[in-house]
Amino acid sequence: MAYVKALRCKQCGREYPAEPINVCEFCFGPLEVAYDYDGIARAISRAKIARGPLSMWRYAALLPVDADNAVDLNAGFTPLLKAKNLGRLLGLSELYVKNDAVNPSYSFKDRVVTVAMTKALEFGFDTVACASTGNLAGSVAAHAARAGLKAFIFIPADLEHGKQVGAAVYGPTLVAVKGSYDEVNRLCSELSDNYPWAFVNINMRPYYAEGSKTLGYEVAEQLGWRAPQHCVVPVASGSLLTKIWKGLNEFAALGLIGSVDTKMYVTQAAGCAPIVDGWNSGKMLIRPVKPNTIAKSLAIGNPADGYYALTTLRDSGGSAVAVPEEEVVDGIRLLAETEGIFTESAGGVVISGLKRLVQSGLIKSDEVTVAYITGNGLKTQETVEDLVRPLIIEPTLTSFQEALKGR
Amino acid sequence: MTKEKSATKRRVKFTFQPQLIKEPVIWQLGHQFKLVTNIRRAEVRENVGWVILELEGQEDEIDRGIEWVLSKGVRVDPVSGDVLEG
Repeated sequence: MAYVKALRCKQCGREYPAEPINVCEFCFGPLEVAYDYDGIARAISRAKIARGPLSMWRYAALLPVDADNAVDLNAGFTPLLKAKNLGRLLGLSELYVKNDAVNPSYSFKDRVVTVAMTKALEFGFDTVACASTGNLAGSVAAHAARAGLKAFIFIPADLEHGKQVGAAVYGPTLVAVKGSYDEVNRLCSELSDNYPWAFVNINMRPYYAEGSKTLGYEVAEQLGWRAPQHCVVPVASGSLLTKIWKGLNEFAALGLIGSVDTKMYVTQAAGCAPIVDGWNSGKMLIRPVKPNTIAKSLAIGNPADGYYALTTLRDSGGSAVAVPEEEVVDGIRLLAETEGIFTESAGGVVISGLKRLVQSGLIKSDEVTVAYITGNGLKTQETVEDLVRPLIIEPTLTSFQEALKGR
Repeated sequence: MTKEKSATKRRVKFTFQPQLIKEPVIWQLGHQFKLVTNIRRAEVRENVGWVILELEGQEDEIDRGIEWVLSKGVRVDPVSGDVLEG
């Protein structure tokens, strides 16, 4: 059963019944799920979690849906790998990589979508929708297929063909919108006012966003029931960062781990870094930007949770770093060549951002550090295409030997 | 869902660059177009300002009003931030 008390406005604190709404009627602030933590405390323990399924649903008591009817592709419980080679290179002896690129649709979005889709079914919707440039589109389409729900996926008309395939294969109605990034945004917001659908990141957003907390829970459990000292996170809307922080703090409040002394770090690509800019300005204010980055999955110019990402940095004592565009691919290569993990451009931002954080002295060599890798490199192969430089030989031993000499 | 005759409400966020902060854009919007403007939250600093408000009127009048606000150089976004995600 779900331990949901209400939806609560993050701005003014007004409470609403748990319905498919995401904005406070009074101040238009965002709504967040409020829980009955006393009830959760009675229902949860390390032992019970450990006996649960090897997926994010082992933390069902802390999710705002009835897990018995989950729309489940087995998202979560992804590997937390000790990154000895990358750590040695960066001078970190306790570096871990949370590889969320191996989720069912190859990104962390499966964690949020499985919750949103389950909630959509609970509310009785027969159609789900989203607006996406890639990972979310694929995840919504896949989970909708699993749930037997109709799906409308809105994409910018110039989206790379490979990403369109990654959603189209599951059989949704794919709608390609001609227009600028801002125009697509405004249209989709209007659509959500006009169609009685579950928009996973609009009217389902309070529930949807909660799925990201499991990236905090899992890392704590996999580290032996303790919070790391540093979390380095790729940031688009800001939601993931705030929910990892929330997840760690919920675990501590429930007595599942000790106190949380974790510093949270925002990493963004320089071509779209409104949260880093807001942090560096020292004013706790987000100025929207026009995205111009190869890290497409982080290209959110007006981040919904930008302000809350800034408060998370402030509360945790963390920081923010923008990675020059040319270092995004360097980060992808570095992780692949040292740890055998092929990440998409967002992961490149994290690894290059981590490098900069270490160089600036914010992360020390023996401190437990987790780098979050949230998407799979097979989705953005075009970013590293020029790495393909094979030795081309004739089918003879001599030709091979000649080619080797030339290296 | 026809656009022509229906009276409706739309929630939007206006972000103003420094040179526009002193202009009465919202007052003008309510006078040049048949729209009711209802401010819910706002913040103005020396180098940027934003206002979250509701516009009420005919659907096509809201569209025209927003086009005019955009033409003034004001950024217009959904109140919930970008809905397009990666």
